[in-house]
Amino acid sequence: MSDTPSELRYAKSHEWVKNEGDGTVTIGITDHAQELLGDLVFVDMPEVGDNVEAGSECAVVESVKAASDIYSPVSGEIIAVNEALDDAPETINDDAFGEGWIFKVKLSDAADLDGLLDAAGYDALVAEEA
Amino acid sequence: MPFIPHTEADIQAMLATIGAPDIDALFDEIPPALRCGELEKIPQGMSEMEVGRLMNTRARQDGQPLCFIGAGAYDHHIPAAVWQLATRGEFYTAYTPYQAEASQGTLQLLYEFQSMMTALTVMDVSNTSLYDGASALAEAVLMAVRANRKSKSKRILIPRSLHPAYRRVIHSIVRNQGIELVELPFDMESGQIDLSALEQYAGEDFAALVIPQCNFFGVLESVDELTDWAHTNRMLAVAVVNPVALAVLQPPGEWGEQGADICCGEGQPLGAPLASGGPYFGFLTCTQKLVRQMPGRIIGRTLDLDGKTGYTLTLQAREQHIRRSKATSNICTNQGLMVTAATIHMSLLGAQGLERVAAACHANTAKLVKVLSGLPGVGPVFKGAVFHERVLRLPLETKDALRSLAAHNVLGGYDLSADYPELGNAVLVCATEMRGDEDIEQYRSKLARVINARIQTPCQLKPNW
Amino acid sequence: MLIFEKSRAGRRATAQAPLQQADLESIPEQFRRRQSASMPEVSEMQVVRHYTQLSQKNFSIDTHFYPLGSCTMKYNPRASNSLASLPGFLARHPLAPETHSQGFMGCMYDLQEMLKEATGMFAVSLSPAAGAQGEFAGVAMIRAYHDARGDDARNEILVPDAAHGTNPASAVMCGYKVREIPTGGDGDIDVEALKEVLGPQTAGIMLTNPSTVGVFERRIQEIAGLVHEAGGLLYYDGANLNAILGKVRPGDMGFDVIHMNLHKTFSTPHGGGGPGAGPVGVSERLEPYLPVPMVAQDGADYVWLTEDNRLESIGRLSAFAGNAGVLLRAYIYARLLGRDGMHRVAEFSTLNANYLLKRLTDAGFDAAYPERRASHEFILTLKRQARELGVNTMDFAKRMLDFGVHAPTTYFPLLVPECLLIEPTETEALDELDRFVDIMTAILQEAQNDPERVKSAPHDLPVRRLDDVRAARDLDLAWRDD
Repeated sequence: MSDTPSELRYAKSHEWVKNEGDGTVTIGITDHAQELLGDLVFVDMPEVGDNVEAGSECAVVESVKAASDIYSPVSGEIIAVNEALDDAPETINDDAFGEGWIFKVKLSDAADLDGLLDAAGYDALVAEEA
Repeated sequence: MPFIPHTEADIQAMLATIGAPDIDALFDEIPPALRCGELEKIPQGMSEMEVGRLMNTRARQDGQPLCFIGAGAYDHHIPAAVWQLATRGEFYTAYTPYQAEASQGTLQLLYEFQSMMTALTVMDVSNTSLYDGASALAEAVLMAVRANRKSKSKRILIPRSLHPAYRRVIHSIVRNQGIELVELPFDMESGQIDLSALEQYAGEDFAALVIPQCNFFGVLESVDELTDWAHTNRMLAVAVVNPVALAVLQPPGEWGEQGADICCGEGQPLGAPLASGGPYFGFLTCTQKLVRQMPGRIIGRTLDLDGKTGYTLTLQAREQHIRRSKATSNICTNQGLMVTAATIHMSLLGAQGLERVAAACHANTAKLVKVLSGLPGVGPVFKGAVFHERVLRLPLETKDALRSLAAHNVLGGYDLSADYPELGNAVLVCATEMRGDEDIEQYRSKLARVINARIQTPCQLKPNW
Repeated sequence: MLIFEKSRAGRRATAQAPLQQADLESIPEQFRRRQSASMPEVSEMQVVRHYTQLSQKNFSIDTHFYPLGSCTMKYNPRASNSLASLPGFLARHPLAPETHSQGFMGCMYDLQEMLKEATGMFAVSLSPAAGAQGEFAGVAMIRAYHDARGDDARNEILVPDAAHGTNPASAVMCGYKVREIPTGGDGDIDVEALKEVLGPQTAGIMLTNPSTVGVFERRIQEIAGLVHEAGGLLYYDGANLNAILGKVRPGDMGFDVIHMNLHKTFSTPHGGGGPGAGPVGVSERLEPYLPVPMVAQDGADYVWLTEDNRLESIGRLSAFAGNAGVLLRAYIYARLLGRDGMHRVAEFSTLNANYLLKRLTDAGFDAAYPERRASHEFILTLKRQARELGVNTMDFAKRMLDFGVHAPTTYFPLLVPECLLIEPTETEALDELDRFVDIMTAILQEAQNDPERVKSAPHDLPVRRLDDVRAARDLDLAWRDD
């Protein structure tokens, strides 16, 4: 019934987190979030090497009429950003859970993942906000 | 009733529709204690003829003295077509082009303005203007602090030879954001930024170096060296320029190895009358890389549903109406009408016309300086080459000289003694293309009289020779 | 076609510039420009025709009904322009001595005094160049006041969720944090929520009254009491001053600092997006902090007050004296109106808005706050039409353009879904208002019978709907000669 991938974890602020199993995670925004924002025109990404705290703002996605902060759901060091988004921010619209990933973090505390929602929890959140 | 078209019958019909007994009833949600009285200190209304008489009297009262003041506002010829076109109701009474389809005139004009400003400054992108040159520089400073990710400090190097009012405005606007402005001294001989003083700051963490060309003294700075020095020391180079001077001076985009990063300045010389200091407009151009840090409106060219070219506000997600507390600035609009005039002004003059204006200003000021320097005790203070202003030393207190000249209806320049006491009796003079040979001769003869009067007046104190 | 595309190498408007090229030899080569700027080369007639034709692609007050909410698009008297453009005013250098400035300074002094009386404030400075700069000045004064008292733990400015975006942006420029307070279902501020957030960290609150949802904040006195009790100050955003001019004064409501948008309330033009003027007025305790320059009277003479004699001022916001020419236009307008004319501004803008609201709700539109009186503007919500007909506010707005009416403000304030903020102003005649109702009715019928026609509007303008996404993704911000 839902397209929300079950292997990912979710933040209430509509980011998804993929545990790569090697102490790093990949982060993006959910399909629901990109739908609310509409056609994306720009992604302002963090710098590789920056340290982020769970819950802090670290990127911005812009559509024509809105801009939305992206909060890192976990603490750690930024180890990669999706540079393809510079030229093609619409990748997030097309494939939010895959090619549209935004950045990768090396976890400083794996326990950060425990507080996140699973797919069912996130679907319930979306249903509640509607 | 001025400007209100309602007849008594209209009013009654409208109240009947609303279901209100009288107009006063429409204010029934306002607590009665808050209703104000008669506004007695506001005079009764006047007819257009009466207001016309009042304003004519006041406009005449200020005379039209012969003006040799520049200091950030320059008296240039404005072609007749400029304001006849700019005050067409379709430009004059439109608002910010939110409905793009109904604002293609203003939007295309603003895109043309952006194109002209990027061509003049040789920068990649331009916004559609800020309030004035000084506030544009304050915004450029804020932009530099946001944009320079290499710098962790919020410190900016500002030359003391930058316009004093600009330095004050930057301070007023940025001080509540914890930005520190560090003043760079000037060389007393050349009038340029003191390069040895600059060297003290090499390797320190600053977000930007502000580089005026020319500086407040009219003196030309070594912009190539300054720009390269800034970049070597991981600072952004912020250029502050006069747009008319740029017709003949090296454009900021070509300064040094990489060019300046941000360029701003006062747009007044491009078609705005002196008019007591405003409205003018500030312009701001920058490299492509910094476009999303730029404050203010930006217009983009795009296509409509049928594939036809059109123009629209773009990059709005930077702005306060969308980004609110995280916007690049609180600025809402631009100085639209002034930019309308400037765009028409630049179209009429073209590059060659602007070059001629610039050259004529340069030549007239050189002539003025030469003529005045023939008077006893008068001469240039700095050796550096200038564009169209120069600092002159006077043989008496500047304030007294200017007051006496003003009594002869000559405004002899800007008194530097309050802002730069170290320069002694100094005055900043400017002769634009509007000041002819007779005007210069008038200044000379009046100043000669003032100096003579001084020299011949018996001295109250015993001279100590 | 761009002016650049009409250019031909060697073509000139030669009468415009000095006839001879003067000598530049005393400027050393290293400082000189090597290649001329890439500017259009066109004749004077080409320029005149080009920009005349461009102007004709604009909607404006002079050509169209322009009920753009929150913007007060009323008639801009021609006398204001022609009298502010008298040669004596245009030629005055901003640094001319006071001896040669008494006429101009007299106008500025009178304007300061009239604005004080009209707003009930203790003192006024004319220097801010626009509303947003006035806001900045106002919040900077709030900060200067607290700082001067050593009360520097106050780090928060409260802003209603429906506020203009400039409010939070201005507060941040002054180094404050922003906290939003909710609006209740009746359009007034949720006073209970306000009480919860007020405290020793509160520096002040920024309010518009009538608010951005077009109704008068009925509990304003209570709000003022609460904020003052908590040690905070009240800031009045003058965006909607037209609604109360001559009826209610911000000073009497308890506001400590205000800005006015003279391009709105005092009918200086909007100029396609400026210049504006945003004078600030303050209560007695904020007077020392007003931005400079200001004009004072010293015997029979007018004198400038600057940084030198106002040591606690928040300082200077533009190189000279703000948008002087705009201030002159406002002064001329104020003299034409006079005391009685000012009273009528609020009366007739409110009459027009309430009439239009009644006619439009009778015609089948939904008011966002049906129980409330309109101020000088009001909000319709097209939520029902969007749901039932699939025609949204944007579609309505674009279709209005085809009928020769500028669209009202759309999608602001954000808290009312599918909203149209409509401000007719006092200078529109009954016939024009009725015509607007006819147009709205016609579009509503069209939305029922032929929704595609509305959704694909506009049809009769110089361009159809523009691709904003393309504009933002593939930035094309300047013409290039290639």
